[in-house]
Amino acid sequence: MLYLSVIVLIPLAAVVVKAVSSGAGTLWSSIDNTLTLRALAITLGASLLVAAIGAVMGTLVAWVLVRDHFPGQRLVNALIDLPFALPTIVAGLTLIALYGPGSPVGIDLAYTRGAVIVALMFVTLPFVVRSVQPVLIELDSEVEEAAASLGASNATTFRRIILPALRPAIFSGGALAFARSVGEFGSLALIAGKVQIASIVIYADIESGSEQSAAALSVVLMVISLIMLFLIRRLGGQVDR
Amino acid sequence: MIVSRRATLSLRAVALLYLGLLLLLPVGVVFWRTFEHGIGTAWAFMTTPAAISAFWLTVLIAVIAVPLNTIFGVGAALVLTRSNARGKAILDSLIDLPFVVSPVIVGLALLLVYGQGGWFGSAFLNNGIRIIYAVPGMVIATVFVSLPFVVREVAPVLREVGDEQEQAAATLGASSWQTFWRVTLPTIRWGVAYGVVLTTARALGEIGAVLVVSSNVAGSTLTLPLLVYQRDEQIGGQVTTSVYAAATELAVLSIAVLLVMTLFGRRKDAS
Repeated sequence: MLYLSVIVLIPLAAVVVKAVSSGAGTLWSSIDNTLTLRALAITLGASLLVAAIGAVMGTLVAWVLVRDHFPGQRLVNALIDLPFALPTIVAGLTLIALYGPGSPVGIDLAYTRGAVIVALMFVTLPFVVRSVQPVLIELDSEVEEAAASLGASNATTFRRIILPALRPAIFSGGALAFARSVGEFGSLALIAGKVQIASIVIYADIESGSEQSAAALSVVLMVISLIMLFLIRRLGGQVDR
Repeated sequence: MIVSRRATLSLRAVALLYLGLLLLLPVGVVFWRTFEHGIGTAWAFMTTPAAISAFWLTVLIAVIAVPLNTIFGVGAALVLTRSNARGKAILDSLIDLPFVVSPVIVGLALLLVYGQGGWFGSAFLNNGIRIIYAVPGMVIATVFVSLPFVVREVAPVLREVGDEQEQAAATLGASSWQTFWRVTLPTIRWGVAYGVVLTTARALGEIGAVLVVSSNVAGSTLTLPLLVYQRDEQIGGQVTTSVYAAATELAVLSIAVLLVMTLFGRRKDAS
């Protein structure tokens, strides 16, 4: 508990104290300006979009990994964890190499919102796949067969039987992806450029010595993170049940 | 549900194409860029004094942070599953904080506490101990961001196996220390190993938190990820072979970690 306090709790408390040190009014005015609000809007918007894409594609990938069988499947399965293992700065660099200036495929996304989205999709890929996969494996195929024998089409079976079973897992995976996106820095550091992503703005503030406004934005992000943490735990409880 | 052959194939194609475009192709391009002027050139960039010192600093930080978090992780997991200590629920929630707090905020937090004019910073500085903009700060930042992995891998295993064997050992006269080494540790070893691998991966690759508390001086406080970041900044967007070389080093390290991860993941599931 002491270890946790020294490493985690005291520093985080310092951020909160810094943010409110010159009164709640100052805190509010440093949040309530166009730049900060814009950064928050862009960050949350991008994270939401990434979580949504991740939920759809992640479920699809998990489906293929569980229900389909093809040579090299185990390799593909191992590859899913690559974004967790690969340092985020390398992830950013790989995307610059492919989709940046001098791109071998002729797509230049660098320093645009598109680049931010792609980078976030990269680093959050495993979340939904890894949360849906075990549920899909455990899913009882008898219920599906019963539905089919009662004349349900594949689409109906998927919508009425499979999707409801997967929903908690998809949501908690999506929530994790969202939480990760909101705070992501490493993969965006190289590629975001002038796109005002919250973590990049905080870093710029620290570098220019305005710790007060960095702390203010940090507190907002931390509140969002805590809400997400709470939601994930609630959903996690549902998955366990 | 029986999916037609055509639907199966098209789903498979979509999934593989998505993974290929998002994962494989970009990583492949970095390797290609590294070695496009030959292995010799790439090797020369990897063995410049700055690159070598960055490599060893990265390893050093991981070597300090990983054991610390392993010991804490196993201890915390035991407290969470085996004791009735008050505040257990709070501890349980607090441990996940490093996962959801942005790394840059972690850096800022450490700056405010251990930096010049920070809560404890002056005390350390007066005694000649420099934490921020030096290696100790980078170690603390790394410990912070990689803290939850071991706990989150070990706690479920402990919960799953229950404590009957430990109680049996205790009835047979084993001290709690003996019980831990002979009974508990062997049962959780794959969980611990997997957690250690995840911690290592994170420790090697951390940038956000470390960037804030590092002085970014080549040869003293530059890790490999920082090297990639900095060189790119200096050149102003034009990425060169030296950057790709450092990135490839990191990528090779992380692919090794991934292999170990897959292996341990399988063992863990089997046991």
